[in-house]
Amino acid sequence: MADEPLILGIETSCDETGVGIVRGHTLLADALASSVEEHARFGGVVPEVASRAHLEAIVPTMQRALTEAGVTLADIDAIAVTSGPGLAGALLVGVAAAKGYALAAEKPVYGVNHLAAHVAVDTLEHGPLPEPAIALLVSGGHSSLLLVDDLARGVTPLGATIDDAAGEAFDKVARLLGLPFPGGPPIDREARAGDAASIAFPRGLTAAKDLAAHRYDFSFSGLKTAVARWVEARQRAGEPVPVADVAASFQEAVCDVLTNKAIAACRAQGIETLVIGGGVAANSRLRALAEQRAEKYGIHVRVPRPKLCTDNGAMVAALGSHLVAAGVAPSRLDLPADSALPLTTVSV
Amino acid sequence: MLVLVVDSSTPAVTAALVEISADGVTSRAHRCTVDARAHGELLAPQVDAVLADAGARPRDLGAIVAGLGPGPFTGLRVGLVTAATMGQVLGVPTYGVCSLDGIGYPAVAGEPVLAASDARRKELYWAVYDGAGQRIVGPEVSTPAVAAARARELGATIAVGDGAHRYAEALDLPVRVEPRYPEATVLAQLAAERIRAGAPSERLTPLYLRRPDAVAAIGRKPVLP
Ligand SMILES: [Zn+2]
Repeated sequence: MADEPLILGIETSCDETGVGIVRGHTLLADALASSVEEHARFGGVVPEVASRAHLEAIVPTMQRALTEAGVTLADIDAIAVTSGPGLAGALLVGVAAAKGYALAAEKPVYGVNHLAAHVAVDTLEHGPLPEPAIALLVSGGHSSLLLVDDLARGVTPLGATIDDAAGEAFDKVARLLGLPFPGGPPIDREARAGDAASIAFPRGLTAAKDLAAHRYDFSFSGLKTAVARWVEARQRAGEPVPVADVAASFQEAVCDVLTNKAIAACRAQGIETLVIGGGVAANSRLRALAEQRAEKYGIHVRVPRPKLCTDNGAMVAALGSHLVAAGVAPSRLDLPADSALPLTTVSV
Repeated sequence: MLVLVVDSSTPAVTAALVEISADGVTSRAHRCTVDARAHGELLAPQVDAVLADAGARPRDLGAIVAGLGPGPFTGLRVGLVTAATMGQVLGVPTYGVCSLDGIGYPAVAGEPVLAASDARRKELYWAVYDGAGQRIVGPEVSTPAVAAARARELGATIAVGDGAHRYAEALDLPVRVEPRYPEATVLAQLAAERIRAGAPSERLTPLYLRRPDAVAAIGRKPVLP
């Protein structure tokens, strides 16, 4: 497969500086530098801290990726970079870096959509994606349900969170329970020892009246508040908080809604492939529940391994590779970083 | 030697090519656009344009000089990341110069001068230069009143730079019209000795002067209303 294009991907939309290199659908390198520890004490990502960290990390992360793949920038056929959505200042560093690399190495550059890249990364693990497919993207920054008719040219948004992102809810509930940031992994861990049926937390936007207007939308703000009230009531009564049970019941509520709506979208559209991506896709209960429910309807669930689910450069390279293979034209050198890049724009 | 100069520390986005020889620094091509909101869009096409103007390829570059600021965070990083990534690909050294030097150094004529750029939030980035163009204080960030008081203590009789124009009244010093923004050729001159000597490549760390606002983008809302 040496004649397949060699594509480099750069990701800086949030707190991870990622550089990935792929050849066709084969992952050659996935170098990552994270500033997550610098944000932990704030309980969320601080944009300026993330931007400063990207500037420091980009050159060494690129070097590691090139070394890992055993290639030089002269060997690369095209450079892809996340141009949005994400944190404006953070995106700007990655986009400027991609242009610097493209200019100096005289290579084409593709500004791509971060969410479409979360879908494309699965091709590195499971090969070409059958189209159309439904994609469920869940992380600290986004919670979206998409119809993927043509990953190279357009993705149709079906629904999204109307308040907090799913991963944000994990972070906040983790904080309530005294667990570290980011909240996903510790809640997953705690939940294994808990009873998911012990507390009936609310499932946002699942009542009949809400479904009319928000069939595929999500809401996690009410759930987060319900958990806070429940924990507070316990504390006020001087009773111990059963952390494992709260974690399990909260996690169940999130995963129940996410998988229910994703499967409903597949069934309504007669689609047999569901791709799940984003940091929350690393959650063990989400994976298990999605597979269990999909099986009933003959729907095939594709979830890349956890390291590919969280933000990384490989996903951007994977989408870039898909665009090059599809003959999509590269971006211009004045391509902007667009913090609100719409889903309908796969490449700019 | 052909050298690329970039600066994005002020509303002026600058890319230039200069020729550095044993006896001087000559401008070969120059692009500058004043637009505080489009540094990310403007710089790379301008680098591309100056190379084309000079009939040169990126591989012809022998070194890259970048203005380190101080400057409002977001735009400043565009110049530095462009310089650092291009230097990495081409295997050429990168050198940093305080961007205010590109305003203050060419403005002196025997008397001390205050060079200032806009730091937003009603503050200035500033430095004071002696009569020979040496920076004696700064770079610093403060209100115009504080900058003016310090500058007067140091004997400055004139102010220069975009920040000086913007806050002329508060500074209460005569304002020299030019240069308003860092001059690319001057930035190259100030790095020329290092370039000629083949000094080691420098890590391009911005002169931030301010700590980041520690407000999380997500997760900042209290859990209970
Ligand atoms: Zn993401």
